[in-house]
Amino acid sequence: MRPVIPYVTAALLFGLGVYGVLRRRNAVLVLMAVELMLNAVNLVLVTADTTVRAALPHSGQVFALFVIVLAAAEIGVGLAIVLQLYRLRASVTVDDVPLTEHEPTATGESASPAPEGATR
Amino acid sequence: MTGADVLLLALGAVAVGAGALVVATRHLVRAGLWLVVCLGALAGDYLVLTAELVAWVQVLIYVGAVVVLLLFAVMLTRAPIGPSDDLDRPGWPAALVGAGSGLGLAVLLVHAFRWSRVDLPAAGTAERLGEQVFRAWVLPFEVLSVLLLAALVGAIVLSRPDIGGRR
Repeated sequence: MRPVIPYVTAALLFGLGVYGVLRRRNAVLVLMAVELMLNAVNLVLVTADTTVRAALPHSGQVFALFVIVLAAAEIGVGLAIVLQLYRLRASVTVDDVPLTEHEPTATGESASPAPEGATR
Repeated sequence: MTGADVLLLALGAVAVGAGALVVATRHLVRAGLWLVVCLGALAGDYLVLTAELVAWVQVLIYVGAVVVLLLFAVMLTRAPIGPSDDLDRPGWPAALVGAGSGLGLAVLLVHAFRWSRVDLPAAGTAERLGEQVFRAWVLPFEVLSVLLLAALVGAIVLSRPDIGGRR
């Protein structure tokens, strides 16, 4: 088995994930690109298990399992945040999210109670 | 080139191709479906690398749960059926940073491993991995269970407006 093949696959997948996070405007698509990056890391961990003879056997695969659990937790909280954003602003475009807590210019902050009341 | 190499090459090509379509397609739902192809090919990679348990956990958790959650979110945010034009921001910087990090890492790893050959280790079955998880890694395992509980409570609080304390 040539370890360079899965390693290069993982590197390319990670690059695609970085590109997706920076390029995509839709929050759900950003989360999908984050999943690509996490999977690239998992592939590196599983491949490292075959190339590195560690003191504890199968450490890389155990770490990959932990990363999968972390990704599940991340996607749960992330989607809850995305859905709350959609409920408040009726859009999941990450460019439109105000970075300050209360904007004095009111680009949409004042309009937020209206869709919230509509969803109840 | 052994059979394992050919399989790894083919599955890697499928994974990278499907990943490229995930970040490039104009259809929201199709991005989720290409993600299924990509994660499935990676599960095949894990099987070739003798990580049996990780492969099946990948199929169960990623393809079974995470992608379904993502598609659920796509539907709940009223995604249009056809192609949408406002998914991307115009991005040479994104292509530059993505290609830079991906190709940079690839060059680094190729330089480190060349065309070297290793023997596959003993298969990572549920028995062997369970022994490791519950013996050497039991503290991280317990911390992770607390983290999962915290994430669950956080998701519930976030999605319930009456207990969220937003005001």
